[in-house]
Amino acid sequence: MKQLDVNGADLYPQLREVAAVLYKKALTDLPPDVRRSVDEAREREEGLAGRRLEVMVKTIRTSDDTGIIVCQDTGICVFFVRIGTGFPVNPAKLVTALREGIALASERHALRSSIVHPLTRENRQDNTGPGVPEVHLDFVDGGEELEILLVPKGSGSENMSFLRMLSPADGTAGVKGYVLDCVIEAGPRPCPPTIVGVGLGGTADQCAALAKKAILRPVGEPHPEPDIADLERQLLTAVNTTGIGPQGLGGATTSFAVHVEYAWTHISMNPVAVNIQCWRGERASATVGPEGAVSYGY
Amino acid sequence: MGTDAANGAGDGTATSEGGGRVLHATTPLDEAFVRSLRCGDEVWLDGTVWGVRDASLIRFFDEGKRVDADFGGAVFLHTAPSVRPDGSGGYLPVSVGTTTSMRMDRFTRGCLDELGVRAIVGKGGLSAESLEHLRRSGGVYLAVTGGAASVQTRQVAEIEDVLWEDLMPECLWRFRMRGFGPLFVGMDSHGVSEYQRVRDTAQERRAAARRVLGL
Repeated sequence: MKQLDVNGADLYPQLREVAAVLYKKALTDLPPDVRRSVDEAREREEGLAGRRLEVMVKTIRTSDDTGIIVCQDTGICVFFVRIGTGFPVNPAKLVTALREGIALASERHALRSSIVHPLTRENRQDNTGPGVPEVHLDFVDGGEELEILLVPKGSGSENMSFLRMLSPADGTAGVKGYVLDCVIEAGPRPCPPTIVGVGLGGTADQCAALAKKAILRPVGEPHPEPDIADLERQLLTAVNTTGIGPQGLGGATTSFAVHVEYAWTHISMNPVAVNIQCWRGERASATVGPEGAVSYGY
Repeated sequence: MGTDAANGAGDGTATSEGGGRVLHATTPLDEAFVRSLRCGDEVWLDGTVWGVRDASLIRFFDEGKRVDADFGGAVFLHTAPSVRPDGSGGYLPVSVGTTTSMRMDRFTRGCLDELGVRAIVGKGGLSAESLEHLRRSGGVYLAVTGGAASVQTRQVAEIEDVLWEDLMPECLWRFRMRGFGPLFVGMDSHGVSEYQRVRDTAQERRAAARRVLGL
């Protein structure tokens, strides 16, 4: 889907196709910043850590050549959507189209259905269910475009998620120590080298969402505020001091990046959340222009 | 790299970049071969490998169900693949990879002692308790590179059988593998765990990491 008829009656079936393309793309075609990070780590690491990175490099190439998805985990789909007020779309119909796109891609590409009822473990075999995919909607006043970003988040890394409601008296020191503790606690389980997302401030759920948002930023893009960028650099150096390394079997590269996102919070609160992304850093995006031209990215 | 021996013995003459031996083996594995493996060795497997996961292991050990198959010397892989029907009742592999083993840690003893499994393949390692079971029963934990499913999928020669299909995708899968690897001995039968070594290192370095943060 390269061109949509944005004013046609069949816009939503077209958006369903875009969502289906994004799901397969995110699972198969790793973002350029992640590829660069894997290559750089391969150059840096020796011995068995280097061997493991060599397998990752080969995996990326194999997926490029064959179209086989990179990891077996088809993930739990999370969409981040930004709708310009000038773009003619009904948000409720869009959410339905995105959900249908995930089910469509699952059938089309025989993608394992990873989604179940939390108690009965019933599986609809199409990677959807109540609340899944999760869709975050943002609206851009004066915007002309529709931006759709999909992260089919793997469970190995998502299971390594943390939230702590620290006290204001714990200060920045408490925040830093907590992030380090989380990375050590996670150890090999999130498939390092990882991208560590840190959420600061807000409410409890907002803080967790900020941590998830932080893993979406491409590796190599520091936070625009110098103080936050400095905190990110310090945290990255600290987590790479642990020696956890690729796959948690030792080495210098535990994480490719630490990203921090924040919101202001309450005078008596100091929440910190950590969300970890595995080495494949899966994500894919589509931007639909006001005339319906679609450009795919990451 | 030498020929595969029928009982699972490898030649062990090659040396990996990491300094360990490189061994090729055919399943099922015998106890002597498994006990000869040491952390740092690199292993490549041919033959039947069983795919198991949370739901199938719960059915084995919490529900006490069994299937008509011999698991003596078997290799269990922690996985739940993507597959496509082959049109005659079977399946073709779409994506076969590995999942985090620690969730299934409490089934290690049962796999080794009740079923006779010799090798567990997964990612992220198992606990100190499982390490003791591996030592006592003569088992090994082989680390696969997590997330490297496109490479591993091409090492699946055939899906030979699938049992407990109602658990899809967490069925009991019988794969025939050709050149499955590289697998790294992460926990051996001599009480050594690479994961524990790295965990210990991380604990030792915690103070240094905190100093980086000005703590």
